[in-house]
Amino acid sequence: MMKAQTITEKILAAHCGKDYVEPGELILARVDIALGNDITAPLAIKEFKESGAKQVFDRERVVLVADHFAPNKDIASAIQCKILRDFAREQNLTHFYDGGDMGVEHALLPEKGIVGPGDVIIGADSHTCTYGALGAFATGVGSTDLAAVMVTGECWFKAPESIRFVYNGVCPPWVTGKDLILHTIGDIGVDGARYMAMEFTGPALKGLDMAGRLSMANMAVEAGAKNGIMAPDETTISYVQGRTLRPYTLYESDPGAEYAFEKIYDVSNLEPQIAFPPLPENVRPLSQVGEVPIDQAVIGSCTNGRLEDLRQAAGVLRGRKVARGVRLIVIPATPLVYSQAMEEGLLKIFLEAGGIVSPPTCGPCLGGHMGILAPGEVAIATTNRNFVGRMGHPQSFVYLANPAVTAASAVAGRICGPQAL
Amino acid sequence: MALKGRVHRFGDDINTDEIIPARYLNTSDPLELAQHAMEDADPDFVKKMRPGDFIVAGKNFGCGSSREHAPLALKAAGLAGVIAASFARIFYRNAFNMGLPIFESPEAAAALQGGEEVSVDLNTGEIVAPATGARFASQPIPPFMQQLLADGGLMAHLKKKLEAR
Repeated sequence: MMKAQTITEKILAAHCGKDYVEPGELILARVDIALGNDITAPLAIKEFKESGAKQVFDRERVVLVADHFAPNKDIASAIQCKILRDFAREQNLTHFYDGGDMGVEHALLPEKGIVGPGDVIIGADSHTCTYGALGAFATGVGSTDLAAVMVTGECWFKAPESIRFVYNGVCPPWVTGKDLILHTIGDIGVDGARYMAMEFTGPALKGLDMAGRLSMANMAVEAGAKNGIMAPDETTISYVQGRTLRPYTLYESDPGAEYAFEKIYDVSNLEPQIAFPPLPENVRPLSQVGEVPIDQAVIGSCTNGRLEDLRQAAGVLRGRKVARGVRLIVIPATPLVYSQAMEEGLLKIFLEAGGIVSPPTCGPCLGGHMGILAPGEVAIATTNRNFVGRMGHPQSFVYLANPAVTAASAVAGRICGPQAL
Repeated sequence: MALKGRVHRFGDDINTDEIIPARYLNTSDPLELAQHAMEDADPDFVKKMRPGDFIVAGKNFGCGSSREHAPLALKAAGLAGVIAASFARIFYRNAFNMGLPIFESPEAAAALQGGEEVSVDLNTGEIVAPATGARFASQPIPPFMQQLLADGGLMAHLKKKLEAR
């Protein structure tokens, strides 16, 4: 009988020509998609060239997205974006996204069907783990690893142990995938899954749409995980059908597969979760937040910049005004999200509420541009990190939350949920 | 070969935004990045440190983003290496790929004091504090990584493989 395996082990085994892999085993795996952005790709391109390589291993599988400091925020950033543009042209890359094609990479790649179930994906960006929501093995690496994969199409990995997270019950109103993952990080800590695979499952997860699932897998790295993953189901299949550009394979964990440990949560009474600065593990339920006045609210990013997220925010903001003295910045994650939000009237709701609508960009999430904080300022954001100085000055503060809570807080001028309005 | 230098202490969960803030990531010039090494954890770090010094930190050093600029900034600043109770996964890979020596030892991370001299044997991973005579073992480097280091980092390793084809 075959050894019982986790979904992560099965995908890795299939990509290194083995029947199974053991956690801890070092493997050389075939990579389906390799991704870089305007911060990480310039270093990778330099190293690619220095290696003496002439061509990338497959021009359809190396993906470059100029999203972090784009539209170019300054001359230095413009030079970095140009390095990507020149390389993409020279290598005739199929998937280079720039200007009006550009969206936040981890929202863009699933949307365009570039990544799919069963893939092995590496990206020189820590939030590459987002694609685990599709049932893929996806992990962040550095620029040198990306350069090596651009040359060979292969990457070495240590097969990770897996942790199984089971979410029982039904999410109450205003509780989203973001709240499930914040609650989980609050429970296990920012190194609670270090080097490991976080495998998400359970009835509450089945009830989430793809946007909610992508938010969850996106933040696996905030618990130190190598990857976050969930087995594809009908929701996944209906999302990827007619969208994926390559054939895909569905994997799921076998009964009896081994896990380092298991965590079981009942989400039926879960409140929206807020992560206090300066770590994503400093999580409190909304009712325990106390009085936290804010200067800025940011809705967007690879965690929560999808159409479903904007709908939740608009649902709260419809007919309301942003509090005086508060800046609300809404960042649709991709051009498609932007245009759909326009068609649905969401952008009008944001503008009428007194919000700012930004073009797609990572922007303020990493303190790049489009909403940087001054010393002493406080932001609530749907983003993924609240480290010291993450959104601007080292003495500014970021609280992480879901889109509806962020929108409600913008209206109230202090952190609160939609029910408090 | 042994590395010898002074200890600069930091706490747990030192993240890549503290090691090299994103506001400086519009360049990948090592010398420019080096001027801002550890800036959001200690704004005066670059002034205080001397080439050959060590960072000694708690658990999960290098958590956060995948920016290779983090180990690059530390290496270009002249640090000999980092000793920590544990490292975040991506930083661990990046440090080896960039050629920044890193040593995992919870005991050394707990015991070493700021300002004291420390010496690390690259071959054995043994960490010694000459003033107290304290010795600590650090996790041995996996064989696969030793090959990468012997070849001079990942890209040099690859170049060697390409040339052998």
